[in-house]
Amino acid sequence: MEKFTKLTSIVAPLDRANVDTDQIIPKQFLKRIERTGFGEFAFFDWRYLEDGVPNPDFILNEDRYSTANILVGGRNFGSGSSREHAPWALMEMGYKAIIATSFADIFRNNCMQNGLLPVILSESEVDTIMARALRGSGYKVTVDLDTQTVTDDQGLSAKFDVDPFRKNSLLEGLDDVGITMSLGEAIDSFEEKRTARW
Amino acid sequence: MAKTMFEKIWEQHIVAEPEGQPALIYIDLHLVHEVTSPQAFEALRITNRKVRRPDLTISTVDHNLPTDDTRNEDIKDPIARVQVDTLRQNCKDTGVVLYDIDSAAQGIVHVIGPEQGYTQPGMTIVCGDSHTSTHGAFGSLAFGIGTSEVEHVLATQTLRQAKPKTMEVRFNGELKQGVTAKDMILAAIGKVGTAGWTGYVVEYTGDAIKKLDMAGRMTVCNMTIEGGARAGLIAPDDTTFDWMKGRKFVPKGDDFDAAVAEWRELASDEDAEYDELLEIDCDTLEPHVSWGTNPGQVAKITDRVPSPDDFEDPADVSSAEHALEYMGLTGGTSIEDIEIDRVFIGSCTNARIEDLRSASLIVKGRTVASSVRAQIMPGSTLTKMLAEKEGLDTIFKDAGFEWRESGCSMCLGMNPDILVPGERCASTSNRNFEGRQGKGGRTHLVSPEMAAAAAIEGHFVDVRDWETD
Repeated sequence: MEKFTKLTSIVAPLDRANVDTDQIIPKQFLKRIERTGFGEFAFFDWRYLEDGVPNPDFILNEDRYSTANILVGGRNFGSGSSREHAPWALMEMGYKAIIATSFADIFRNNCMQNGLLPVILSESEVDTIMARALRGSGYKVTVDLDTQTVTDDQGLSAKFDVDPFRKNSLLEGLDDVGITMSLGEAIDSFEEKRTARW
Repeated sequence: MAKTMFEKIWEQHIVAEPEGQPALIYIDLHLVHEVTSPQAFEALRITNRKVRRPDLTISTVDHNLPTDDTRNEDIKDPIARVQVDTLRQNCKDTGVVLYDIDSAAQGIVHVIGPEQGYTQPGMTIVCGDSHTSTHGAFGSLAFGIGTSEVEHVLATQTLRQAKPKTMEVRFNGELKQGVTAKDMILAAIGKVGTAGWTGYVVEYTGDAIKKLDMAGRMTVCNMTIEGGARAGLIAPDDTTFDWMKGRKFVPKGDDFDAAVAEWRELASDEDAEYDELLEIDCDTLEPHVSWGTNPGQVAKITDRVPSPDDFEDPADVSSAEHALEYMGLTGGTSIEDIEIDRVFIGSCTNARIEDLRSASLIVKGRTVASSVRAQIMPGSTLTKMLAEKEGLDTIFKDAGFEWRESGCSMCLGMNPDILVPGERCASTSNRNFEGRQGKGGRTHLVSPEMAAAAAIEGHFVDVRDWETD
């Protein structure tokens, strides 16, 4: 998994509640058997016009956000299906952190598994970041996982929570499966008891 | 101390709880399908890891399959074909059983698990699919996971989970004729919104739940994820045990009796405490129809489509504006006046034999409106065969329905069954997201009875007024 430590970047705003995984990566693009190749299809129905040209009205297509690595979204971001293709697509689009007031559970888990940091801030903090990102261009924030803060150069300083285990995995880029395999004996003994019962 | 059913199952499955880490939970049953598994098997290959318990893992093909008469030919879409073939090869390489296209046990993964008797009370069940919550209808702790977690379960038969909070959702009273499990869950999600249960495991209780048949309970649990909770549970009882008895992988004879005795212990203790309670009155419940682009945007059949100004929260106002524009609807329109082009009876929410029987009673002796194309995709091949034995296919075909093969089909349109832009569909599935059933397609979520009646009339009607033989 990719490490996440500290990131300063332009913020791209997507001011909609309940952005669902069908929007993030529509079903016709879920047929690949690889983990890659999804980025160009992210937000497909919003991002492209009928003939495949970028939709100038879709905010993430604007030049001023083209280098953004941080996305700020509305509440309940990532609702819907369990498709991990959604975080894969967002990461390929260039995003490494998403800020919102809330995330759907499965999506949030999937992000954590890939080093895409979901950051939950209060409504007023998200509103502030959203408004500043929408205004002008070049608005940046710094997301620091170690100190669990989001800051900008206009006085914003927001704290966020993160599970200590997940935090460590993200900081170190650790593989969950590897950590669990080290508990092999515990699994073996659980299985022995289980087999005796069933 | 008194415990909830969730707490009992949770505690029975803790493998380890190392300091500062989420609990490691043992998984009793891992369901696999073609869409969310190839990258997980590939990761095992790269890291030289094995499937730890192929005997606790089953798979089927459901998302990509055509439901027309090309079904037994090679899938035309080359990328979809590779995905299906990849699952075949992965199962062959790892010893995981596969219910392939030619098997009677093939079907939507959340239909076949219970149908074959794999799903049992007290189990932990996962699948790379958010509607895994379906299996909670049997009193099993069942939830959807992503592909990295699929890999984790394949390799270790465990999952790391932070312990969720619990919520009791109590359905009081009694459903009236024509009001169904689908209306119960749509009403509940309409009340709490699509994130109302985030972070919780929901236990459904109350008289109306106790009276539901297993198909109805599965419908309710299936859509738990649409309220944001990963898992929904219903205490197993005689309805559960009667439904399970005799199914292929359910214990037989004395073993069955012993299992039942154990399963009865799973129900929440009488004085167990939940973190939250939500109550819903079923005496006054009406058939529901979704009008928007998420499953929380629902209305009663006797209501009108809301206007954005009916909402207070600015995010809800903006959501309603977007939804009405996408759906091509105007606030104030009577729900009964919404005309439809398509009807889809199918999906892991509502394509079981009981659903097809209910819909057939509405359809019997009537004809689908000439403006409507109506299709039925049974939840499994076995369901289809059973329905044909009962003559349901004839009832549907005589009325003008297309009687198709099983699969996820137009619930999410990964196969060739999709809406064209602007088409409006009465659908028994679970999600009405933009583009879900096809780009520009407009989905209204309803019960099988409501979908069947809409097919006949060409617009939504109050199925409570419907006369059946």
